[in-house]
Amino acid sequence: MPEDTHNVHGNSSQPTKPSSFSKGYGHNSASSSQNPRSVGAPDMRGFGRRGFHGPRGRFMGPVEKPKNLGKTLIRLGGYLKGDILGLVIAILAVLLNTACTLIGPLLIGQAIDKYIIPRDFQGLMRISLVLLGVYLLNSLAAFLQGFFMASVSENTVARIRKDLFSKYQVLPLKFFDAHTHGELMSRLTNDVDAISITLHSALIQFISGIITLVGTIVLMLVRSVTLTLIALSIVPLMFLLTQLITKHTSRLFMEQQQTLGELNGKIEEIISGQKVVKLFCREQQAIADFEESNQKLKKTALKAQVLSRIMGPTMNMLNNLGFALVAGIGGLLAVKNIGGAVTVGTISVFLNYSRQFTRPLNEMANQYNMVLSAAAGAERVFQVLDQESEPADAPDAVDLRETGIKGHVEFENVSFAYDDENIVLKDFSLEVKPGQTVALVGETGAGKTTIINLLMRFYDVKEGSIRIDGIDIRKIKRASLRSCLGIVLQDTYLFNATVRENIRYGRLDATDEEVEQAAKIAHAHDFIMRLPQGYDTVLSDDGSNLSHGQRQLLAIARAVLADPAILILDEATSSVDTRTEVYIQKAMRNLMKGRTSFVIAHRLSTIKDADLIVVIDKGRMVEKGTHHELLKRKGVYYNLYQSQFVRSRQLDNRDIEVAP
Amino acid sequence: MVKISRYLKPYWAYVLMAPLFMALEVYMDLLQPNLMADIVDNGIANGDMNYVLTRLLIMLSIALVGMVGGIGCVYTSTVAALGFGTDIRSDLFRKIQTFSFSNLDRFQTSSLITRLTNDVTQLQNVVAMSLAMMIRSPLLCIGSIIMTIRISPSLASVLLIALPLTIIGTAVIIRKGFPLFRQVQSKIDRVNTIMRENLAGVRLVKAFLRKDFEENRFKNANEELRDIAITAGRLMSIGMPLLMLITNLATVTVLWLGGIHVQNGSLQIGELIAFINYLVRIMMSLVMIAFILTAFSRGKVSADRIREVLMEEPDIVDPAESRNNPSQEPKITRGQVVFENVTFSYSPTGEPVLKNISFTAEPGETVAIIGETGSGKTTLVSLIPRLYDPQEGRVLIDGVDVREYSLYNLRKEIGMVMQNSLLFSGSILDNLRWGDPDADLEKAVEVATIAQAHQFIMKTPNGYDTDLSQGGVNLSGGQKQRLNIARALMKRPKILILDDATSAVDMVTEAKIQRALRQWSHKCTTFIIAQRISSVMDADKIIVLDRGRIAGIGIHEELLASNPLYQDIYRSQVGKEERAHA
Repeated sequence: MPEDTHNVHGNSSQPTKPSSFSKGYGHNSASSSQNPRSVGAPDMRGFGRRGFHGPRGRFMGPVEKPKNLGKTLIRLGGYLKGDILGLVIAILAVLLNTACTLIGPLLIGQAIDKYIIPRDFQGLMRISLVLLGVYLLNSLAAFLQGFFMASVSENTVARIRKDLFSKYQVLPLKFFDAHTHGELMSRLTNDVDAISITLHSALIQFISGIITLVGTIVLMLVRSVTLTLIALSIVPLMFLLTQLITKHTSRLFMEQQQTLGELNGKIEEIISGQKVVKLFCREQQAIADFEESNQKLKKTALKAQVLSRIMGPTMNMLNNLGFALVAGIGGLLAVKNIGGAVTVGTISVFLNYSRQFTRPLNEMANQYNMVLSAAAGAERVFQVLDQESEPADAPDAVDLRETGIKGHVEFENVSFAYDDENIVLKDFSLEVKPGQTVALVGETGAGKTTIINLLMRFYDVKEGSIRIDGIDIRKIKRASLRSCLGIVLQDTYLFNATVRENIRYGRLDATDEEVEQAAKIAHAHDFIMRLPQGYDTVLSDDGSNLSHGQRQLLAIARAVLADPAILILDEATSSVDTRTEVYIQKAMRNLMKGRTSFVIAHRLSTIKDADLIVVIDKGRMVEKGTHHELLKRKGVYYNLYQSQFVRSRQLDNRDIEVAP
Repeated sequence: MVKISRYLKPYWAYVLMAPLFMALEVYMDLLQPNLMADIVDNGIANGDMNYVLTRLLIMLSIALVGMVGGIGCVYTSTVAALGFGTDIRSDLFRKIQTFSFSNLDRFQTSSLITRLTNDVTQLQNVVAMSLAMMIRSPLLCIGSIIMTIRISPSLASVLLIALPLTIIGTAVIIRKGFPLFRQVQSKIDRVNTIMRENLAGVRLVKAFLRKDFEENRFKNANEELRDIAITAGRLMSIGMPLLMLITNLATVTVLWLGGIHVQNGSLQIGELIAFINYLVRIMMSLVMIAFILTAFSRGKVSADRIREVLMEEPDIVDPAESRNNPSQEPKITRGQVVFENVTFSYSPTGEPVLKNISFTAEPGETVAIIGETGSGKTTLVSLIPRLYDPQEGRVLIDGVDVREYSLYNLRKEIGMVMQNSLLFSGSILDNLRWGDPDADLEKAVEVATIAQAHQFIMKTPNGYDTDLSQGGVNLSGGQKQRLNIARALMKRPKILILDDATSAVDMVTEAKIQRALRQWSHKCTTFIIAQRISSVMDADKIIVLDRGRIAGIGIHEELLASNPLYQDIYRSQVGKEERAHA
């Protein structure tokens, strides 16, 4: 693995998945349902959480299934610990709520048959009061259920998020090499959010849906078997139509998502490269390219969305059909006086119930799918949590902060490969005496950064060993090792925070004066003072408002502030002009007097004063010595050095081929 | 949404039809309880089989007609919404294509992408929903109210209390809820930002041992999110039960009062059942309206963000004359570049980045620019292809102010390679053809050879047809830079600008590129920005920039002899002993 492909993940921004597109259209499936409980709550909530890219919408593409539903749910259940009481109250409230919802229409039917028709005013009064009580209880239960589930679900997902974040902190770099940021972010956004939505509403609605469904059918059967059969007669029709529609929509939606992905990909690419587009006068081609996908999306989306949204009117029609059948056939039965005693009250009860059981039927399939995709999401989160962390410190590990450090670094026959195939470092040995400055020189991909990565214990050696002051670094507490090593990385990462906070990252307890002192040493002070708010200027988007050279100066200031025992500069000044670099080097030399340091640079002027220059090629050390020694030897380094001063005009006459 | 609404115009027929279809569906829905009441009051009460049967058939056909209306509405509203969304996206994209660099800087890439994707989708959803539901709910609500009044005006008076209560209740919850949800959103953003930073800066966090610090930062953000989300969730959990309660209380009241009406004969039993049915529909549509209103205000945020882009005036445009008379537009023929007292700053109030710059680059000359980080090198060359316009002074090409060329004629003749130029998905040849869409392979090989890219291109799996993944990530930095140079050469430009274009290329290769350029049959004025003395020492003219001012112009030997800043830079790169023979 070449060294500089390492930070590819670090720099490339992952295109966000366009999943939010599908969301708004999901509502319509239940839009015609007229039950008070089916409309507001989950949707209102969904509105607040758009950043998490919502759950997969209803009737969207195929539902992913978890590999081991039972095991995942049990483990997920573990996260509910601490909220068991809330959960129990919420579930009891669901039962009460559902029961009340079922009893309401029954009481109205009774009121009609027993009191209104016989004109029993006292009785009507009594039953109205009972109904009032039931309704109050109903609302109270609904409130309790929502109230407790809010904390149960939020506490639970907060725990999962915390575990996930902490896990990311201890995972080895190998893990981050193998996964893109987008992928890892998606664990937090899509997956945890799916769990959250499910806990918040789907689970409860699923439970109440089942109870409502069973309860309604039982109560209807008790009132009238014939009328129950009539009311249920639309169910097969409902299944048939749903099947018919979803069969096509899932395919169409997949097409739509694909086209949408294509379009968003094009947008992302063209807009990111907009300046290049302008330089090459490619605006018209860009528009044509974009328009092709844009129009294609319009076509595929039209098919997918019309078909899926037809579900709304279709369900509405079926509801009305059921309503008509119950009223009409119920009426016929009442007139004929067959099918048991069908009274006006019974018809009223059935008219209410017929809507109540079609609703859960409509929604339960969706809720079940949501539970499934939440479980699949949870499974992916657990997969991350189950990854092997950086190995723990050995019990007898040494704490360098306690013992103090001289800075004697030895590499002994070190070999390393990022994967099993490509060996990046072969049999590398090197001794660095305390206080020495060592420069690592070589082509891109030669293995320079790997040496640093191994020293930092970002990775562990495959063979051989690395020792600091004679102690194998695997026997040193990792935290104490890293705290002694100050590193300025090739990819200078800056946080979305002020300049001051970014520098202070090097040492959190540094005073403002110390921060500014460090900035002065790194020659960053001048340009910082020219920023709109000086040290309090907030850096946006990984410091995109700074030039690359300026970002490097900030990274150096950060390392200066950390005041490490061993300093590592990995192409730390590659974008800084050479004059400024000389000033920084002078200032650093004072600072680092007597301390060991490692410098990687492909600009040889940066390193020619090093105590020891090590030339590396294809993972092996090929030369070693001071600048003068290596020049005298007239080997690889000599050629490299000469080539820095090649004047292109000299090439006009003869072809210099320079190794390697 | 004043201006955005004009995007609905082309679809006016659909926009008009959608509510009509919806009205049909709603009307059919509204008839159902009434017919049911007829069955109970006339059919069952009189034992009239035929009456019941005809009413049943009417109800069934009404259900079907209603569905036709519903489907019609779905179709027309979807066509209108998708057309609307597609057109806005298209206009937005075209608008961005006219943006100058400073327009682009003002909006930031990621924000422009969000506007083109999420915001357009959001708005499109709101339109689709409004066309379907915004009509349906008020219609259903008003229709149901009319029906209740027709059944019994005195019973309908219950609505006088229930309706305002519902409206107030919903309004209060939305008003309280809306800012809460906005807060939830910003906390989510915060949590996501910290997570993203920790993924991108994983090495830094590990190197500086900031695990505890970061965990603490995340813990705070996570807990804040949790707490505000619980508050919001709890507020919402008051909402639905409350509205349910109002509806149910109204139902009990109607049942009780209605019972009395039935007893004294002023109301029939079927009418009472129908009334209760209508009552539920009224309440439900009110809640629905409230929900749509929140969606609407959400759409408004997106609409504002889109409008911002559409309203932005591109600040660099073709000169007025050239738009009127394209054939007489000036064209670049020689490539002479003159700066006349140019002063420039990125913002009107900011400190000038370039101060009083004057120099001349003759056709075919190589001009190198050297100076400290932040001395204005990139800014200076950006003025040549009019990426920005200077506040004072002029930039002339072939004696004509760059502002008098059409942007196309100007940039067609200028090849510029920027510090971080992107490559695009597609094959290597596709990328090179950006410089010349009609170029054949032969021409591509010619320029790739000059840019010292031919050799490594031939080593890729499919040579010039090798596909580059987005951004060209499967190439090394130096390779990408060489492709960028080749792409610019493909234009056969009169003026070539290399802005630190070889920073990741080794010195020998860089020297080879410079030599090949000099030997190229096509002659162009070349600007080179570089940090290495070796990259600039052969230039016909070297400009030394110091904090936006020209500190010296001359050839290497002259500057080395007389210019202290240049001497300083030289010394910083070349050791004492080499100075003699270098």
